[in-house]
Amino acid sequence: MPVTTLLDREIHVDDEGFLTVYDEWDEALGAELANQIGIEMTDEHWSLIRFLREDFKEKGETATTRRVQSAGGVPTKRQFELFPKKPAKKMAYIAGLPKPHGCV
Amino acid sequence: MAVKKNAPIVPNFGDDEESGRKLAIICSKGNLDMAYPGLILANAALGEGVETHLFFTFWGFDMIAKKRMNDLKFSPTGNTAMHMPIGDIRVPQALAPVPGMQAVATKMLKKQIADLGVPEVPDFLEQIVGAGGHLWACRMSADMNKYTEADLRDDVEGIISASDFIELTAGAQLLFI
Repeated sequence: MPVTTLLDREIHVDDEGFLTVYDEWDEALGAELANQIGIEMTDEHWSLIRFLREDFKEKGETATTRRVQSAGGVPTKRQFELFPKKPAKKMAYIAGLPKPHGCV
Repeated sequence: MAVKKNAPIVPNFGDDEESGRKLAIICSKGNLDMAYPGLILANAALGEGVETHLFFTFWGFDMIAKKRMNDLKFSPTGNTAMHMPIGDIRVPQALAPVPGMQAVATKMLKKQIADLGVPEVPDFLEQIVGAGGHLWACRMSADMNKYTEADLRDDVEGIISASDFIELTAGAQLLFI
């Protein structure tokens, strides 16, 4: 499993760079991950990332865009505006979670 | 691959590349079960940043017709792959057309889909449009049904001919469902 360094910390990631250890993440690191992929975080971005973190803790899997809409209350359209082009993967990355596995 | 020393491993989301990938999906079926494959693939493609167009034609027209879109059905008739929800027991084809079977099968399928958190067809189309997908209605199907734009979902971008659709989707990968 690769190890990479961000904010002078050693972080475990998969081959693509998604974090693999839930507890290695905190919001300072999340901000740095967002910075790495060119997303400027606002409160609205953070509320989605926090939802993903909580939902993962509860369900053991990363929420899909559909779930972020139905359980998180943010329409898919808005998710595309906040995290352009590939919202599911970008949200998962910033939240330090694996890519979602669900189809919808 | 040359990796700069100490450069962090960051996923490539392809933001800098203009892939130009385009997907065209022709939805020609109005059965509940056959409505989903196109919607699931369209949604997945949009989530990957692929420009996606759906063309509704023949029975697929029911998916975008206001009066019909909430009432798609699933029938085990003629479907030899139809199994009971538990175990691997097939529904005997002689029983498939029995009155009430279609209603039961439709209800069952809707529940299975809902249990997976997958939306109903009208909701799903709304999500697809929200994600940037484009919906198009077939001119000939509209004429056959004597439908105008007023009879269709408001987010259908237009009633267009087959050649319009082909022109619109130049260079796209195409799926016929």
